[in-house]
Amino acid sequence: MSYDLPLTAFTRRQFLSTGLVMASAAVAVPHFIQASAMGLQRAQPGAKSIPGVNEDNIFVVIQLSGGNDGLNTVVPFGDQAYYRARPGIGVRADRVIKLSKAEEGLHPSLAPLADLYNEGLLGIVQGVGYPNPNRSHFKSMDIWHTAETSGTGEGWLGKYFDSECVGFGAFESGGRGRAPATPATSPKLGKGHNPQIGIAIGASAPLAMKGRAISAVSFESADLFRWTGAGEGDTLAQGYEQITRAGLPAGVDPDSNTGFLTRTALDAQISSDMIRKAVGTRPRTQYPNSELARQLQMVASMIQSKLSTRVYYVSMGGFDTHSGQGGEQGRHANLLGQYAAAIKAFYADLKAQGNDGRVLTMTFSEFGRRVGQNASQGTDHGTAAPMFLTGPMVTPGVLNPHPSLSDLDQGDLKYTVDFRQVYASVLEKWLTADARRILGSKFDPAPIFRKS
Amino acid sequence: MQNSTATPTPASRPAPTPQRTEPPRVPTSSLQPLKPELFGFEEARHLLMRAGFGGSPDQIQLLTRWGLKKSVDYLVDYDDIKYAGDADVRSDIMREPTVEERQEYRQAQARRDEDALARLRLMRQRAQQVDREQMREIQNWWLTRMIETPRPLQEKLTLLWHGHFATSYRTIENSYHMLMQNNFLRKNAAGNFGDLLGGIIRDPAMLAYLNNNNSRKDRPNENLARELMELFSLGVGNYSEDDIKQGARALTGYTFDGNEFVFQQRNHDTGGKTILGVKGNHNGDDFVKIILQKRECARFIAGKLYKHFVNDFPSGRPAFDKVAQGVVDDLARTLSGGRYELRPVLKRLFMSQHFYDPLVRGEQIKSPVQLIVGAVRQLKTPVRDLSVLNDAAERMGQELFFPPSVKGWDGGRAWINTATMFVRQNIMVFLLTGRRPIGRDALADQERFEPGKLLTQLADAYPAVNGGDSTAVLDAMLRFMLGRTNPAGRAALEDFMRSRTGKLDDEGMTQLCMLITSMPEYQLC
Repeated sequence: MSYDLPLTAFTRRQFLSTGLVMASAAVAVPHFIQASAMGLQRAQPGAKSIPGVNEDNIFVVIQLSGGNDGLNTVVPFGDQAYYRARPGIGVRADRVIKLSKAEEGLHPSLAPLADLYNEGLLGIVQGVGYPNPNRSHFKSMDIWHTAETSGTGEGWLGKYFDSECVGFGAFESGGRGRAPATPATSPKLGKGHNPQIGIAIGASAPLAMKGRAISAVSFESADLFRWTGAGEGDTLAQGYEQITRAGLPAGVDPDSNTGFLTRTALDAQISSDMIRKAVGTRPRTQYPNSELARQLQMVASMIQSKLSTRVYYVSMGGFDTHSGQGGEQGRHANLLGQYAAAIKAFYADLKAQGNDGRVLTMTFSEFGRRVGQNASQGTDHGTAAPMFLTGPMVTPGVLNPHPSLSDLDQGDLKYTVDFRQVYASVLEKWLTADARRILGSKFDPAPIFRKS
Repeated sequence: MQNSTATPTPASRPAPTPQRTEPPRVPTSSLQPLKPELFGFEEARHLLMRAGFGGSPDQIQLLTRWGLKKSVDYLVDYDDIKYAGDADVRSDIMREPTVEERQEYRQAQARRDEDALARLRLMRQRAQQVDREQMREIQNWWLTRMIETPRPLQEKLTLLWHGHFATSYRTIENSYHMLMQNNFLRKNAAGNFGDLLGGIIRDPAMLAYLNNNNSRKDRPNENLARELMELFSLGVGNYSEDDIKQGARALTGYTFDGNEFVFQQRNHDTGGKTILGVKGNHNGDDFVKIILQKRECARFIAGKLYKHFVNDFPSGRPAFDKVAQGVVDDLARTLSGGRYELRPVLKRLFMSQHFYDPLVRGEQIKSPVQLIVGAVRQLKTPVRDLSVLNDAAERMGQELFFPPSVKGWDGGRAWINTATMFVRQNIMVFLLTGRRPIGRDALADQERFEPGKLLTQLADAYPAVNGGDSTAVLDAMLRFMLGRTNPAGRAALEDFMRSRTGKLDDEGMTQLCMLITSMPEYQLC
């Protein structure tokens, strides 16, 4: 179908009429979907509908779930206080990978990440946290996802989708989907600014990508992303399509669970073909054998297939190391090793594709861990921790000093950078969105991007 | 050019629909019993869905004949129904090494005997492998139990408590401890919540999961104390960080040895503590008693029961939440008035007008386990392959014995996304036809679903089905499988039936079931 046509980047109209966003927002008018709009919509790199607005930029989030131990990730090996606090699990100074001009170094398992560092592809922001830190996994994760210290409301990326898509979907199509509460037309950015919906690899879309009107598509594996009943015969396939597109009957509240399920079923059908084709693309480079590597490989394939998706989300768990976390070796070291190998392979693939310059990756965890080890050779929930930013567009190096190991708040690090400063920078400089509106207040953007 | 034809012009678009202004309809908040004469086929279907996993047409008819009170009593007072079904497992796979074994290991270390060390490590790895296999058997056992049990409410409650006191095998790696916890939850499922809360701090799996097994007075671990209040009893905001610290001290020394709970006096902090405003030399049991005194505990647990048996709470729909909050408060009073006995609360709820309100029925999103177990119990499909079913449950986000975190499963809309929607539809295709979610026809299961039996049973409630009239059959199937009909979806099904030239043989009926189970409404109960 439309795959072979020379496609241009989206205009507002095309964005409205094609694919996922509309399906999410306007399920009540399924007849509105045109067969040709169901096909794969691909953005063409370099083609911009608005001069100066880069619609090619892609943002990838890697979430390390469980609370990654920042102090054993970027190790302040020059500070004896670190070794005093961690007699059993401290990473020995002679094993730490030294970084030029920094008093901190990387855990030895992060050697692949050090390679990216040496290529100038890694920026490290230290001491990232937020005021009144919450030590509950769930609450703290929600705070990072919503960019609100209350941890409630829509996700920050969901708000980005919503704010950038005002005027699309529900109202223009006459549907009954709900519109964002605060229409955020951005005079600075003008028209034609249209991010495609995000994709999360995983069982469910993270809160970060849930907006009021628009949420991300999520799936674990492309093989499972289709209705198998269609294989039992054409009449069944037709019946299924007819059912899925039947939409909401009159009189059913679109906010009800029935409304929600109807919209999701429609989204699923529309995105199935598109994504399965994209993920089927072979990688150009070898990936290690880990869950995170598998996820990043899928993302790379989708990028290679020129999906117009702008935000991808992947995650890796197991960082809740309350006991037996190990030092240079052991459980935490293995996790770091998997992470580093996966992200290195990802950038090698992107570089082979020629897409590395388009892809910014941000790695975070809901909190770091306490400075002192506990009685179980592990660490309990803490506060501030480093964030990694990866890609040729980032300011390479260690961007700021490590927070003090002697001036602590009840045994925890005091944060020096609010994570929303990093978000603000990503939103403004990379996604060219109105950060202040999305984040609800003004945060000084962290200087994570190279001066161009 | 393709894009320009694909894009409708503004003129071709439907006119914007005006915003609704009338207030949304909400269910009654009354917990007064439903009038007995209002308890019919659809009410009985609803009761079996929510207090269990759904029933066959015969079972629904039986309850309809019994009436409301007898049906609810039968389901809730399930101890009267005989059922054993215990799991036959080994309790010693992951036993701690004996003194001799430990000595052997130390000696091997001392003399740097790499061969001996490797042999000992291999033994441990083999044990872990055997244990993982046993864990899979226990998963299959529980799923089977849910499918077969004559006491569906007991399993439904066990599933609720499993998500509430969430513990994952992934962390504790001891299948027997997981089973012990499961049996403990089942034994107390409809008993007294105080027993559940008091028992969980003596449960080896939980003690290991939340690291209390090595919490000592000189280094208390706060994990269990925090979750005991945040997730198990009071909810966020009803305790302070200091209560956690003091509570953690009270729990020091609560650990286990092998498969038994042990209280280690020497590691216990006997000093004075103030927990939730109560002063004393509290131990863990005192900590639980103090929690149970708080009104917030009854409200928190009533909210959990409501969410499990009635609907999302909070749902994000203010008008509904207001009604739900009133019902939850009312149930909380029943709970604390009855000193945390659960049966009176459950009976009150299952008898109530609120529970049977048309706006409550058919609006709960099925959990993955409910979807699978319910399909087998309702439609009498073959079970086919328990591993495939457990695998699908995992992909739908609910792997038994592996909750994603101590928070358990979020439930409700969190079950549903574009990916799980396909898994949900596809596992139904598997149950009905044997076609596997992954793989080709060669792997298809040969055992056949027999829809004829379903129709015979349905004819009891809907005599028109006997005539073989396809409209009557469709009506009855939709009422039984969805509890309602959606005109647009129904039209699609009618088209499908016409395309089969009206003849409804077993294959046609099976395909009809496939289509009905692919409807968004089938995800609701």
